[in-house]
Amino acid sequence: MTEFTPWSALAGGALIGLAAVLLMAFNGRIAGMTGILTGLVPPLARDWRWRAAFIAGAIVTPALLVGVGGLDIPFESPTPSRWLVLGGLLVGMGVYFSSGCTSGHGVCGMARLSPRSIAATLTFMATTAITVFIIRHVLGGL
Amino acid sequence: MKQTVAALICGLIFGAGIVLSGMANPAKVLNFFDIFGTWDPSLACVMGGALVVTALGYRFVLRQPAPMLDARFHLPTKRKLDVPLLGGAALFGVGWGIAGFCPGGSIPALGLGKLDALIFVVAMVIGIALARLFSQISARA
Repeated sequence: MTEFTPWSALAGGALIGLAAVLLMAFNGRIAGMTGILTGLVPPLARDWRWRAAFIAGAIVTPALLVGVGGLDIPFESPTPSRWLVLGGLLVGMGVYFSSGCTSGHGVCGMARLSPRSIAATLTFMATTAITVFIIRHVLGGL
Repeated sequence: MKQTVAALICGLIFGAGIVLSGMANPAKVLNFFDIFGTWDPSLACVMGGALVVTALGYRFVLRQPAPMLDARFHLPTKRKLDVPLLGGAALFGVGWGIAGFCPGGSIPALGLGKLDALIFVVAMVIGIALARLFSQISARA
């Protein structure tokens, strides 16, 4: 069980949105983790610096909140390691072919009402829900 | 240099948003999709909050002639709903449903010092590299 946390979810979502707006305002870039990360998978993209900086920032804040701020951030990963490997491979291949994930298509693209992003988001939300249903209610867990 | 600093600041805000929202917590993400089980609707609030802020902010920003630190906006140019888009999205969803991590959730989870996040991210990066290799080979053939 995890608690329904509407306020922290809304506030966190608003911060994700703020990051997306600022990255567009300053650098003219989509704040999509897939696109940003792909340029860092060797061979590096020529503009790897801002990409590395964004990723570094995204890792540093959680580390500071926990390490310095002493915050207790709920985390529970119910998936066994070998399934995490399979999930990671599928996610990596999937987001490369679809040119985006939850942040790029789901937030930035949907906010621009991009038909490609709306179609991609509806598709991955549906297959995620089906996968979770099969794992939990047909197979009875991994 | 200025672009690098700007991206760092945006990354810091993004990371804060992800962990505050619960997107870095696989159990919470998976529960959002488990409507017939231990449903946790929080993710809808995350998407809602992010979409409202981004839609409003983009409306203003994209009306400007150019971003502050670059000559132009780098927006996607593809328009077609093609097989890679939908097939890739479908594949992504299967992986997300198995692991509970999406790319944007997994990177900040690294900062929480979780081994599971590291295992996922390494596999995801290998997946991206394999898909790119496949694309390059099939483009040449």
